[in-house]
Amino acid sequence: MKYIDEYRDGELARGIAARIAEQLRTDRRYHFMEFCGGHTHTISRYGIAELLPASVRMIHGPGCPVCVLPIGRIDQAIALALDRGVTLCTYGDVMRVPASGELSLLRAKARGADIRMVYSAADALKRAREHPDHEVVFLAIGFETTTPPTALVIRQAAREGLGNFSVLCNHVLTPSAITHILESAEARQFGAVPIDGFIGPAHVSIVIGSAPYEPFAERYRKPVVIAGFEPLDVMQAIAMLVRQVNEGRAEVENEFVRAVTREGNRAAQAVVAEVFELRSSFEWRGLGEVPFSALQIRPEFAAFDAERRFGLVYRPVPDHKQCECGAILRGVKRPSDCKLFGNVCTPETPVGSCMVSSEGACAAHYSYGRFRDIEVRAT
Amino acid sequence: MKKGYVRPLDLRHGRVDMNHGAGGRAGAQLIEQLFARALDNEFLRQGDDGARLPAPPPGHRLVMATDAHVVSPLFFPGGDIGSLSVHGTINDVAMLGATPLYLSASFILEEGFALSELQRIVDSMAAASRAAGVPVVTGDTKVVEKGKGDGVFISTTGVGIVPEDRLIGGARARPGDVVLLSGTIGEHGVAVLSQRESLDFETAIVSDSAALHTLVAAMLAAAPSGVQVLRDPTRGGLATTLNEIAHQSGVGMSLVESDIPMLAQVEAVCELLGLDPLYVANEGKLVAIVAPEVADAVLAAMRAHPLGRHAARIGRVTDDARHFVEMATRFGGCRLVDWLSGEQLPRIC
Repeated sequence: MKYIDEYRDGELARGIAARIAEQLRTDRRYHFMEFCGGHTHTISRYGIAELLPASVRMIHGPGCPVCVLPIGRIDQAIALALDRGVTLCTYGDVMRVPASGELSLLRAKARGADIRMVYSAADALKRAREHPDHEVVFLAIGFETTTPPTALVIRQAAREGLGNFSVLCNHVLTPSAITHILESAEARQFGAVPIDGFIGPAHVSIVIGSAPYEPFAERYRKPVVIAGFEPLDVMQAIAMLVRQVNEGRAEVENEFVRAVTREGNRAAQAVVAEVFELRSSFEWRGLGEVPFSALQIRPEFAAFDAERRFGLVYRPVPDHKQCECGAILRGVKRPSDCKLFGNVCTPETPVGSCMVSSEGACAAHYSYGRFRDIEVRAT
Repeated sequence: MKKGYVRPLDLRHGRVDMNHGAGGRAGAQLIEQLFARALDNEFLRQGDDGARLPAPPPGHRLVMATDAHVVSPLFFPGGDIGSLSVHGTINDVAMLGATPLYLSASFILEEGFALSELQRIVDSMAAASRAAGVPVVTGDTKVVEKGKGDGVFISTTGVGIVPEDRLIGGARARPGDVVLLSGTIGEHGVAVLSQRESLDFETAIVSDSAALHTLVAAMLAAAPSGVQVLRDPTRGGLATTLNEIAHQSGVGMSLVESDIPMLAQVEAVCELLGLDPLYVANEGKLVAIVAPEVADAVLAAMRAHPLGRHAARIGRVTDDARHFVEMATRFGGCRLVDWLSGEQLPRIC
């Protein structure tokens, strides 16, 4: 594939790996967090960890929209479909997320709920338009990448005066999650969270630009390198992070210059601002309540807000006690440190959030990397 | 007045109704004018509820395989549920190293299904069966109420014969054996997917749906012994099939990503939709695990056959108590190729 294979060239990768190895200081280790699930997936799928020197460790961050969606939110969606008889449309990954009462959207569907997988928010809107006698609810999830399309369909529904379409909004914000990780108790205690720098998101940054990362790079003295999702992008970003650490710099650098600018996509930002406003607090699975970390639909568009339309009340549901997702998402533990990993918690029967989507830290390690953990046995 | 006082089926505008499954005249008419006419052979002509078949030749065992087909949509580039239901079952028989001889077919029709579409499907089934030289010797039809089915579901069963001393099966892979693949992967899944209503994309990719028994015969002629495992990577794709074999044989596997043949278009569609082609279904490909000393001969026989032109050696069987399938990535790293988790594409066959 032209313009893609170029970023998957094994020869070049070995060249970058050699350059990283030459640069490393022998008196220290390097720990970088890739925030995005997309990067986690790339690192696992292409076996990047194999190419990196032993003293460079990648920590998988919380940037997987399916993984951070709390149980209580899925419960709301299931109740809408099962008890209120709405047609619930959502992205495929969400279907398998375990919810309360042994349910998931997939299992609710098996019980007769009308739940449909869509590839875009526009498909949900189309469904509402074609079935005016059915209430259609779009379960919207995702970071800044999927937010503009949701904003567009809400605006479009308002323009058309559609009376049977609403959105259950779960859009979350990347910068506030990164800040939250850096503000956590372990991070304040010097050296407890070994994060020396971040690989910044690819698609999210296309929308928000590189500027939003500047305040925390400066405030927390952590370098950020925004990288594309191809394996060479990730390798190059790691080389850039190593250089910043060695030189004592903590700047926002952009490896993904072919798509990301400092300002981002202004048109997308404008439509998001028109339709959404900040939520005072939102529960993240694994991270807990994070202030000003998510969006809600503005009162002007209340008619299209499923929470208001159906009078939904949010009830938080605690995660499994032994689940280490929180610590894994903050970089304090690794998937294989969790007692549940590979035993009761597998991609078929996920217990914690990191196992539910292939972009989650645990699922990626289970699916692509567990052959390196001798203690995990396939049965 | 017409012969027999029976008005012929309106194959152009007619639809299936509950009478067609009630065992009365309408059902008999449907069988006679649509099924028997298209699938005609000496066994169907016996006209009984079952077919009387010749005994297997001395020194042979009977093999039998069955397969249900629920593909949606019913028609897709490169095939339809009719041809698929013939190929799928022939391939299951062929993967035992056997020669497929007879098929049975049962149809579950939904009330209201257009007879014109049913005829297209049955004609396609008949063409596939004739091309493969494997007749449909007995069958059955039932009708369910509107909303209780999805047009048509087809179950086929295949019977074949295999020499008594030919033991080919999923438990026979041994460390050191070579993994061969008969061609490019992912075409069937992508072709079906491209026809789904929710996906607006056009592609020139057609399903690879094909009967593989002549390819198997050519391979076994080239290496009468040494072929350990044959399996067609359908649902769950190549990755799932290799994991099944690794598990069944108690071995591991080591693949080389750059050696796995794939069409550029399939790779591009998978890239766009976020699918991993290793998990996308095939309907005209097979995996062969063969002893290293016959690998070259089997590969040459595959490449000489029209259905194996792009055959390749993609890896080897390893000694691994964890039964992992590992793959050297094109990028230069190593990854696990795990079982398919969940469902990548529902109702693909």
